[in-house]
Amino acid sequence: MKFGKEIVLLSLFAFAALVAAGAGVNEPFRQHMWVLFFALAGFTAILLRNTEFRPAAPIDPSAYMDGPIRYGAIATMFWGVIGMLVGVVIALQLAYPDLNIQPWFNFGRLRPLHTSGVVFAFGGNALLCTSLYVVQRTCRARLFGGDLGWFVFWGYQLFIVMAATGYLLGITESREYAEPEWYVDIWLTIVWVAYLILFLGTILKRKEPHIYVANWFYLSFIVTIAMLHVVNNLSMPASFLGSKSYSAFSGVQDALTQWWYGHNAVGFFLTAGFLGMMYYFVPKQANRPVYSYRLSIVHFWAIIFLYIWAGPHHLHYTALPDWAQTLGMVFSIMLWMPSWGGMINGLMTLSGAWDKLRTDPIIRMMVMAIAFYGMSTFEGPMMSIKTVNSLSHYTDWTIGHVHSGALGWVGMISFGALYYMVPKLWNRERLYSLRLVTWHFWLATLGIVVYASVMWVSGIMQGLMWREYDEQGFLVYSFAETVAAMHPYYIMRAIGGAMYLSGALIMAWNIAMTILGYRREEDPMPGSVPALQLAR
Amino acid sequence: MSSDHIDEVSGISTTGHEWDGIRELNNPLPRWWVITFYMTIVWAIGYTIAYPAWPLLHSATKGVLGYSSRNEVKNELSAAEAAKGKYVAAIESKSVSEIAADDTLREFAVAAGAAAFKVNCVQCHGSGAQGSKGFPNLNDDDWLWGGEVDQIQQTIAHGIRFASDPATRLSEMPAFGDIITADQIKQVSTYVASLSGTVGDQSLVAPGAKVFAENCVACHGDNAKGNKELGAPDLTDAIWLYGSGEAAIAAQVTAPKQGVMPAWGARLGETKVKELAVYIHSLGGGE
Repeated sequence: MKFGKEIVLLSLFAFAALVAAGAGVNEPFRQHMWVLFFALAGFTAILLRNTEFRPAAPIDPSAYMDGPIRYGAIATMFWGVIGMLVGVVIALQLAYPDLNIQPWFNFGRLRPLHTSGVVFAFGGNALLCTSLYVVQRTCRARLFGGDLGWFVFWGYQLFIVMAATGYLLGITESREYAEPEWYVDIWLTIVWVAYLILFLGTILKRKEPHIYVANWFYLSFIVTIAMLHVVNNLSMPASFLGSKSYSAFSGVQDALTQWWYGHNAVGFFLTAGFLGMMYYFVPKQANRPVYSYRLSIVHFWAIIFLYIWAGPHHLHYTALPDWAQTLGMVFSIMLWMPSWGGMINGLMTLSGAWDKLRTDPIIRMMVMAIAFYGMSTFEGPMMSIKTVNSLSHYTDWTIGHVHSGALGWVGMISFGALYYMVPKLWNRERLYSLRLVTWHFWLATLGIVVYASVMWVSGIMQGLMWREYDEQGFLVYSFAETVAAMHPYYIMRAIGGAMYLSGALIMAWNIAMTILGYRREEDPMPGSVPALQLAR
Repeated sequence: MSSDHIDEVSGISTTGHEWDGIRELNNPLPRWWVITFYMTIVWAIGYTIAYPAWPLLHSATKGVLGYSSRNEVKNELSAAEAAKGKYVAAIESKSVSEIAADDTLREFAVAAGAAAFKVNCVQCHGSGAQGSKGFPNLNDDDWLWGGEVDQIQQTIAHGIRFASDPATRLSEMPAFGDIITADQIKQVSTYVASLSGTVGDQSLVAPGAKVFAENCVACHGDNAKGNKELGAPDLTDAIWLYGSGEAAIAAQVTAPKQGVMPAWGARLGETKVKELAVYIHSLGGGE
């Protein structure tokens, strides 16, 4: 029977969720278990409606397993739009506090929904589906472990749903980028280990003699995130039927563990993982060899070795001992060139194909991504310098920095990879429309420029106002005055974010039409056909 | 590493491997990249020698510069305190009116009071001390409890209707809703409104004046100019704490709102209160 085991297991878990919904010791936990019950029961019902008693068609073991990747591409787009929409909402909440709708939709609950939504739901699904796409093709091997790929995909979506609904119900560990409570953390650990087995198993059964550089980066991302996630979430639940847990660490140790995690989530999730993406999709789209094999090795190992020590720069001028602050800072500075190694390899791969910038908006997107990668990996080490940090810390400068990395690098390289991958996954000759890609490119680029520059200006202004003393040695501004001064910048920031979001909506339309098999009749991209030919 | 395969476009050899059509060129590391990387490493080593950096078994290396962020804060704070020291000492020993009379001291106290005001007072009185409904404007010359600098000091130190401070400013206007009739309230409200503006029904003013004389003059005075001893506001100056107009006045007569201001003396200390008093006094309405 098709899905037989799955249906039995899912209904058992749904029943367990129902029991927990009744027996939970606190109200948010009970509500959360109801969410879980309906998710699992709904999924069981879908499987029941699709079950068959005919024997399953035999699987061609030499064919690539692209089902979870197709779902992953759609999930990336879906969560991307949701996460960015929430981002625009909270940007507007900061500008217009009346938009806080109590209790579920206030800023405090929506903010982790936005960060987790774009980092883990959008970025995570992008990494998941591209890594499975890349590892199969560069190893010439079908995914390891039969239906393990499906488990990883759906298990990860369940994690996202549980994390997101938990935030709205007010369930949080209050650890930035690691807000989900203990039971959701345990589930993610199971899914992530399955992901590791899936990825590593596929590498082990490869038919290529060497492991391609993209796979090193993907693997380092998977392994390190597993370690970071487990250590940072070590905690003791107050009750096994409740939503509250207490961290295994306390005080400054707790803070350092959190930022060891937090910084390396940036380093290994948002940098190493997406470098893996870059190392496959940029050479493919440009149809050029990678610039330097040696550089890829050296900068890979340098990043892996240096990144893991940089976390303490999030705790400059705090209770963290001076020696740890120093190390966090110098390791961040040494990280500058290893990070730029990826930028050099990405940009120089285009040598011999620079003309494509005129004709191929997907290449343009990837180049913009690499440019923002280079900019934010310079800005990051600079902001880790203590004297700079004393101005930038706790201000919107940090928010601007994060978004030039997230919107510019992570977003753009994912868009480029999806635009490349989707027509191939669904056997379409080309995208529905290249001109819509151009629209997306300009909306996204302008959106980032508005967002990042506004946050630089407002962040530096905020930092300067906070430390402004008069000649008698007294603070000049009250906190409320600095908040009032931010108002126009908050509005402009929301406009920048809305531009970025509208680009993503255009992309969603373009991708959906491509999947459905439509092709828009349009003039070729300017420059792709010689002018004389056009005239004729 | 090199192989027979040459990339046609660049003329550079590749490593010979191919993955799904992707090859890798055998380019060396860019020189500027290597040099900059080495420079950051050298700088990092130097920095960790200069500053506290390497963890040992029970402590960490101290760094040859002897830097410590705790000492840095301590030094900066003590330097700031030393710079302020003689002014603070003078403020401690002198009365507020003496401080207000001394140009240098007043200038210092106004700066210090402004900084303290931004932290402690703006929440109710507004960042420009302009007040809002229920919270007096401190820029004008209309004072409930007196606008002389020592009167202001008294109000800040002990608060208004702040139960836990025995020396607090205390006034309690009775709820006239229980004492006089609704018609009388309408009349007296119209009369009070007429003292500083035009009213709708002139015929109520004369009976209102009678009600006022019978019930209100004890605190607000024959001429309704108020009494700072009792915290009774001047009703003739068109400045209204709880809203202008006959309806708002009637509401206040019927069941008065009695705002509370905390006593700040115990929380901020005498010096800060003095500085605040001098600052408030300097805003424009000080008497």
